[in-house]
Amino acid sequence: MVGAAVACGLVSSPLTRSLKIAVIDGSPISFDKVKKSDIPDPRVSSITPATVSFCKDIGTWDDLKSKVAPFDSMQVWDYAGLGYTRYNAADVDEPVLGYVVENGILVSSLRARLQGSDVDLLCPTQVDSVIFPHRVGGLPEEEGSNWAHVNLKDGRSIATRLVVGADGGKSKVRKMAGISTTGWDYMQEGLICTVRVDEHHSTAWQRFLPTGPLALLPMNDDFSNIVWSTTPEKAKELKSLPSEDFVNAVNNALTKDFSPPPKSGFAEVLTNRFLSPYFGNLAPSATEEFQFPVKVKSVETDRLSFPLSLSHARSYAAPRVVLVGDAAHTVHPLAGQGVNLGFGDAAALIKVLEKGVRCGLDVGEISLLNEYENTRKFANLPMMAVLDGFQRIFSTDSGPVNALRAAGFNLVQSFGPLKKLVISSAMSNGFSGLPGLLRI
Amino acid sequence: MNPVRLLFLRSGMCRHFKKDPISPRPLDGLTILDVGCGGGLLCEPLARMGAHVTGIDAVEENIEVAKLHAAKDPLTATILYQHTTAEQLVQEKQQFDIVAALEVIEHVPDPMDFLQSLSLLTKQDGAVVISTLNRSPTSYSLAIFAAEYILGWLPKGTHDWSKFLTPEEVALLMERASLTLEEMTGMFYDPLKQTWRLADDLSVNYIAWAAKRGE
Repeated sequence: MVGAAVACGLVSSPLTRSLKIAVIDGSPISFDKVKKSDIPDPRVSSITPATVSFCKDIGTWDDLKSKVAPFDSMQVWDYAGLGYTRYNAADVDEPVLGYVVENGILVSSLRARLQGSDVDLLCPTQVDSVIFPHRVGGLPEEEGSNWAHVNLKDGRSIATRLVVGADGGKSKVRKMAGISTTGWDYMQEGLICTVRVDEHHSTAWQRFLPTGPLALLPMNDDFSNIVWSTTPEKAKELKSLPSEDFVNAVNNALTKDFSPPPKSGFAEVLTNRFLSPYFGNLAPSATEEFQFPVKVKSVETDRLSFPLSLSHARSYAAPRVVLVGDAAHTVHPLAGQGVNLGFGDAAALIKVLEKGVRCGLDVGEISLLNEYENTRKFANLPMMAVLDGFQRIFSTDSGPVNALRAAGFNLVQSFGPLKKLVISSAMSNGFSGLPGLLRI
Repeated sequence: MNPVRLLFLRSGMCRHFKKDPISPRPLDGLTILDVGCGGGLLCEPLARMGAHVTGIDAVEENIEVAKLHAAKDPLTATILYQHTTAEQLVQEKQQFDIVAALEVIEHVPDPMDFLQSLSLLTKQDGAVVISTLNRSPTSYSLAIFAAEYILGWLPKGTHDWSKFLTPEEVALLMERASLTLEEMTGMFYDPLKQTWRLADDLSVNYIAWAAKRGE
């Protein structure tokens, strides 16, 4: 997905439009515009306004805008029942916090954009190996081409200045470039499925249970998406339950299990008594009461699950190769940020390549790629650390930690400036501001 | 190659010859002479921007190295490298749209003669670009003392401070060579961020753009 996004961006920019680009993908193309199928596929992403802005820049938003489900509020609480936080797009004077969209629709919008362009779409095609030169630069070298060579399983070989590795968490390109990763398993699995709820809503609900967060994301009509991060054993159990039992399990987990829901008044008292006199500036959602999430009525698709881990490549760039998206970093889905970080990478890479063309540089030159790496590490690492931190805090069940969490919930809920900061950072794909395409 | 210098050159050329700055190859159709081209650090990006580039250097080894490197990329293989001098080309009556001499004038025996040659090598309504170091206390402490003696960035004796030219001197010499000075900008290197920047301060490195107007 992110690879196709890079290609779309390059094609949309006058400076990079004339570069020869090939996109290699293992899955076959299907150019039929995917109609919003009756039952949404459970593999979805929540995209931020910054990502939407990027989609507008690369020309895919027109196709997407009728196929996404907006959400304008969010409620986050945990199993201890001591606090909650409600976020509202109105807190930052925006109409929406983000959109939920099927991954398949994102992919097909990108491919449709590439159709009719000069980009060579090689799908389905598998990569056998990639040979990288020793180094690139202004220094004298021995005879022989200093370009990278991509060898395909069907025998073809492509010589290129730059290989963009967008081949996912188990990136082959990354291995062949000799870039190692650090990371750890979360010992959790993410279980996903599409459900029907009792009424249409536009709120993202997330309750942190001892075993992991359970999220309910709104989709079109009365459909919603479940992302339940939990232990492998629990995931297995949930998958094997008959549908009705599974529905009950979800509803209970969202409402009753472990402890009664948090009381609303706490945050209000805190604010009125202590904070407003000094800081004023209440976000509208600060006085919103805790709400019960919508009730799940039925499960409409298979329940799928996948293991969760954090991983980060030690470097995003080496001579003639650069990594974007999951190939560079994978995160916990608890904040739905993965895809947005990936699109942020794409936007940054496009900007750097535009600069390269403008300066007449070889686009695979390491000094250029290092610039991309520095920009994205600066944006991605704090986000990943925060998400990882959240994951740890929320899986620790102990009195002091529970109270700490509760305090955190209440503080963010009631303290306007902090809440606005949290929302703005999340909406802009990281802490370094909008990585939008350079407008000349 | 210092991207700030390249962008300065690119925007100067687009403005002077009325080319589209958003085009990936805006210098298509222009001929450029790089005097003192070294290993080709300037020639290669200019060739990729579409120009027909000739690079000359008085040191034969530089030319050999430049040729070898440029041959590796089809976009730069068209560069013409010659082991010769500006004076020699004047005798051959060659002329170019743009003549560039970056970090050269502070090394030549007679700057006036040198600028005169550059001017003769430029077509009517073409442009000359030179960059050099200012003769100032700041440049002494940074470019000579710090760069050569303390940090060892350059070998000792690379530069002779007394041969540095002030912007005023360059302006005067250009006028005498029938060149119209249009722009002068300072550049300084930020060692923390390891990038160059353009600046109003011309006290160390600066770059000058001049046009060949007149009858």
